[in-house]
Amino acid sequence: MNQLLTKRKKLKLESDSGWGYAFIAVALIAFSLFTAYPVINAFIISLQKYRPLGSTYVGLENFVNSFSDELFWKALKNTLVYTLLTVPFNILLSFLVAILIMPFKKKTQTIFKAVYYLPAVASGVSLAVVWLWIFDPLKSGIANQAVGLFGISNQNWLGSSATAMFSLVLMSWLSSHGTAIIIYLAALLSIDNSYYEAADIDGATFLQKLRYIVIPFLKPTTLFLLITGVIGSFQVFQNAYLMTGGGPDHATTMVGLLIFNNAFTYFEFGEAAAQSLLLAAVIALISFFQFKILGKDIEY
Amino acid sequence: MGLFNNTIKSKGSLFARNGLIITALLLFAAATIFPIYFMIISSFGDPVEAGAMSYSLIPAKISFESYKFFFNFSAHSWDWLKNSFIVAACITVSNVFFATLAGYAFAKMKFRGKGILFAILLGSMMIPTQVTQVPLYILIVNIFELQNTYTALIMPSIVTVYNIFLVKQFMSSIPVEIIEAAKIEGCSQPKIFWYIIMPLSKTVMAVLAILTFMAAWNDFFWPFLVTNTMDMQTIQVGLKNFRFANTTYFAPMMAGATISAVPMFILFFSLQKYFLEGVAVGAVKG
Repeated sequence: MNQLLTKRKKLKLESDSGWGYAFIAVALIAFSLFTAYPVINAFIISLQKYRPLGSTYVGLENFVNSFSDELFWKALKNTLVYTLLTVPFNILLSFLVAILIMPFKKKTQTIFKAVYYLPAVASGVSLAVVWLWIFDPLKSGIANQAVGLFGISNQNWLGSSATAMFSLVLMSWLSSHGTAIIIYLAALLSIDNSYYEAADIDGATFLQKLRYIVIPFLKPTTLFLLITGVIGSFQVFQNAYLMTGGGPDHATTMVGLLIFNNAFTYFEFGEAAAQSLLLAAVIALISFFQFKILGKDIEY
Repeated sequence: MGLFNNTIKSKGSLFARNGLIITALLLFAAATIFPIYFMIISSFGDPVEAGAMSYSLIPAKISFESYKFFFNFSAHSWDWLKNSFIVAACITVSNVFFATLAGYAFAKMKFRGKGILFAILLGSMMIPTQVTQVPLYILIVNIFELQNTYTALIMPSIVTVYNIFLVKQFMSSIPVEIIEAAKIEGCSQPKIFWYIIMPLSKTVMAVLAILTFMAAWNDFFWPFLVTNTMDMQTIQVGLKNFRFANTTYFAPMMAGATISAVPMFILFFSLQKYFLEGVAVGAVKG
C-alpha cells in the first residue's frame, strides 16, 4: 500500500510533456496560422494602404478616415439599434418560453425544444430566401396580407427605410431563440428541488418562487446569453447582406457589412482592418461593462 | 414539486392552466416554424414567374417541377451538394479527432505552459470574426494561392477553439484515477487515449461531430469568399447565385432552399438528442 502511494505521488509529479505537446500540436498549428497570425496581421494591415505587391505605410490614416466617415457612425448606430431591439427581447422571450415548458412531462418538453430549435438547423441562406418572399412588396406577399387584416396598406418591407430595419428585427425575433430556450431549460432543470420545497413550506406563491429562486439562479445563464448575444449581434452580417444589401439609403448597413464591403467590394483592406479592430474594441468595452454591472454578485 | 404550484386542488383548474400554457406554446411554435413550413409547401408549386404565383398556405397540388427546374438550372447543381458534403465531412472528421486529442490534453495532462496556452485559446474566442477575415483571406488567396480549392474551403476550420473548449469541459468530469491506474499498469498516453478516453467520450464526440457538420454545411461566408467558379461552390453559395440570376422564380428558389436544408433536417430528427444536448454543454455547468 505504502509502495503504491509513493509510486502514485511520483506519477503525479511526473509531467506528460512530450505527449501533451504532441496531442495539442495540430490544434496549436491551426490556431497560430488561422487565428493568431491573422490577428497580428490585422494590426499591420490597418496601418497600411494595402496592395498585393508592396503596401505603403500610412500610420493611423485608416483609423482617422473611419472616425470622420459618416457611414461608419451610421453603421455603428444601426448595429446598436439592432442589438437593443433583438438581444433583450430574444432573451426575455426565451426565458418565458423555458418557464412555460417546465410543468410538462419530459417528452412534451423535448418536442417543444425540437420545434423551437428547428430554424437554427436550417441554413441562414435558405431562411433569408424564405423571409425575402414573406416580405414580398407585392400585395400578395404574406407580410402584406397579414397587415392587410388590420387595415394597414401595402408596405415595401425591405425596400423602404422606414420598415427595413424593423423587418430584419422581426425576422430575428421569430428565428433566433431556439438555442437560448434550450440553455435556459438546462439551467432551470439544474435547480435543486429542495429550494422549491422549502419555499412551498413557507407558503411562497409562484411569482415569489420566480423572484427569489429562479431569477437569482439563472443570473449567470442570463449574463452568458446577454454577452454572447451582444457579441453575435455586433458582428451580424449575413441577413443584412442577403436581405437588404445594407439599403435602402444605408438604413440597414451594419458594421459587419460595412467592413465586408470595404474589404471585398472596394478592396480597401487597410480601412477594413482598421474598422474591424475598432469593432473589436467596441465589443470588448461593452462586454467589460456588462460584466462589471451585471456580474457583480455572480460566483463561478 | 417544483416551480409550478401543486396546491391547485381541483382537476378542472389544473387542466385550465395547462391548457392555457399549451395554447401559448403552440401559437409561438407555429410562428417559429411557419417560415420553414412555408418554404417546403411553396417548393411544390409550379415554376412560374412571381406575378402569376399564388401565395397559398395550403398547396392545391403537389408538383416536383420546381425541383427539376432547380437541378436543370445549372450544370453544377449537383456539384454544389457534392462539394458541401466533401467539405463538411472533412471538417467534421478532422475536428472530432484533433479537438478530442487537444481537449484531452488540456483537461487531463500535465505539461509546461498548459494554463497559459488554454487561456490564450479561450481569449481568442472573444475576437470578432471580422478581425481575422481580411488577413485570413489574404493569407489563403494571395499568399498560399489556394483560391477555388478544397484545401482553402477546409483548412481554416480544420480544428476550432470552440470544439476544443467543448471537449475539455466534458472531460473534466472523467475521474483522474482511471488514467492514473492505467499509467501504473504501464500504459502510454496514446494507448490511454485510444482505449480508455475515446470510448468514454463517445457522447461528446457525437455532439461535436453533429454541431461541426451543421456549421460547415450551413456556412455561407467563407465558401462565398474563396470560390469563384460555379463548379467549386457549396450549396449555400450556389443558392445565392440562383437567387440573383432568377429573382422572379420563387418556387424553384424555395426548392433550392429546401434542398439545402433537408439533409440537416434529416440529421436533426434522427439525432435530436445530441443536437439538443450539444447546445447546452458549453453554456451550463453541471
